[in-house]
Amino acid sequence: MSDYVELSNLTKIYATPKGPAVIVKDFNLRIKQGEFVALIGHSGCGKSTVLSMLAGLNDINGGGIILAGKELDGAGPDRGVVFQSPSLLPWLTAFENVMLGVDQVFFTARKEERREIAEYYLTVVGLGDAMHKRSRELSQGMRQRVGIARAFALKPKMLLLDEPFGMLDSLTRLELQQVLLEVWGRTRLTALMVTHDVDEAIFLSDRVVMMTNGPAAEVGDILEVKFPRPRNRHALLEDPDYYRGREFLIEFLNERAHHRPSLACVA
Amino acid sequence: MAFLELKNVSKGYGFGAKRAEVLQDINLSIAEGEFVAIVGYSGSGKTTLMSLIAGLQQPDQGTMTLRGETVTEPSPERAIVFQNYSLLPWLSVYDNIALAVDEVFPSWPVDKRRQHTDQYIAMVNLTPARDKKPRELSGGMRQRVSVARALAMDPKILLLDEPLSALDALTRAVLQDEIGRIWSESRKTVVLITNDVDEGIILADRIIPLSAGPGATLGQSVKVDIERPRDRKALNHDPRFKDIRNEVIGYLLGTGGRPKASVTRKLVLPEIEPEDLNAPRSVFRSVGPRRKNEEKRETVEVS
Repeated sequence: MSDYVELSNLTKIYATPKGPAVIVKDFNLRIKQGEFVALIGHSGCGKSTVLSMLAGLNDINGGGIILAGKELDGAGPDRGVVFQSPSLLPWLTAFENVMLGVDQVFFTARKEERREIAEYYLTVVGLGDAMHKRSRELSQGMRQRVGIARAFALKPKMLLLDEPFGMLDSLTRLELQQVLLEVWGRTRLTALMVTHDVDEAIFLSDRVVMMTNGPAAEVGDILEVKFPRPRNRHALLEDPDYYRGREFLIEFLNERAHHRPSLACVA
Repeated sequence: MAFLELKNVSKGYGFGAKRAEVLQDINLSIAEGEFVAIVGYSGSGKTTLMSLIAGLQQPDQGTMTLRGETVTEPSPERAIVFQNYSLLPWLSVYDNIALAVDEVFPSWPVDKRRQHTDQYIAMVNLTPARDKKPRELSGGMRQRVSVARALAMDPKILLLDEPLSALDALTRAVLQDEIGRIWSESRKTVVLITNDVDEGIILADRIIPLSAGPGATLGQSVKVDIERPRDRKALNHDPRFKDIRNEVIGYLLGTGGRPKASVTRKLVLPEIEPEDLNAPRSVFRSVGPRRKNEEKRETVEVS
């Protein structure tokens, strides 16, 4: 399969009073259609910067991004973003929050069809009974479910997840990883997820891209995760390969985040 | 005889139709010097359980005893460390801790109290920050103050209510190791409440999962038979770590998990493509959306 997303020599420089600060330098990454890639690295290494450039929310200072054969220019609904905090409108219901975007991108469709799309994704993320509650009445975990449904409902070309479960407690995080995997399995959207949770990266992705520490962060190493899908956490936790991969990532973060590439493979 | 014992304890809030049962049939027995971790979802009643043990609240049913005596009110013999540190912002590190020391040991001479306070500041490695105000400290440092304050009261039992949940992963790991070290030196009875299974494995002698509410109850306790000091990296290879982790997570995602609404619904997902919003609107006039085929009907098992 050919590359669907191409980040070439992506560079981000911020002007500071002390002169330009190079955050990301010559970052190269290719993602195939339907691939789920996790991007891990230490806080502040620039992983979210890469994601926000891909989302079009941050200017690109060098290099470029091609998505589905077109060079990106600015933000758009063809990339669904799930933020760390779901950024819902608190006075609207979960359903209305999702409809906001659906009404935009499916404006030529019948109202009935638009409603069906929102209902479908809200039900799939487990909000079948709560979709007409106002978002301020929902728990943190439920709000993030709305965020996931909203991103998928736009039927984007690509899904961008910026530490989507970072604000949740560790158990709710496990639940939502399952939910995300479940919805993702239905659509197989090309996805890039920024996280610093090693277990999350392995459980969800096909490939874990490790970023070196900034300034001038780049790809440090790549881990292929070849566990079959659909994945079952229980089976994964029994698999010695899981622990090998986990250790590899931890070792990278602890010791090699400032060194240069090699290639690795699990399972 | 158990050191701390809860028998058939239940607790709920509200009346009539608004009544919500939080904890049901909690049975817990902790030996002197034991480090117990209670792991559960946020909102399942962990903090309510902690308030009961602290004596800040009374159970609706059941009894709670410490060394055979019924607990009816808060006391410095049960010290709590809260998630939000709860320090007085206008007092320095030293004064925050001295406040507790002066209150608990009023009969000590001034010198002894001062020495005692400084000893606990040193224990949590805060001597260089002794005269700083909480707002000048990072979250991790503030939590150290809170831990030192609790320990300086020389409590019989130390209650840690999600002490590290507000900290980033790196600081959390550092403080976990520190709490482990301090515990090894003092061998106090500790109840740690957390939502992090790994934290329980690093620190505790025993992990008890608390099921998701409403009406949360304690699951089977899991012994952590791993020698101390526990090394994070070595643990990753340890089959016992894996087994304990799987057992606790298995319970919390399975029988002890949130009730699953198992509804079967007919859902329709129209197979239409989104429009390019950058194209001029006139292109779309009287044209419907692009369709793959008609519609995809599917029955979704919602869990």
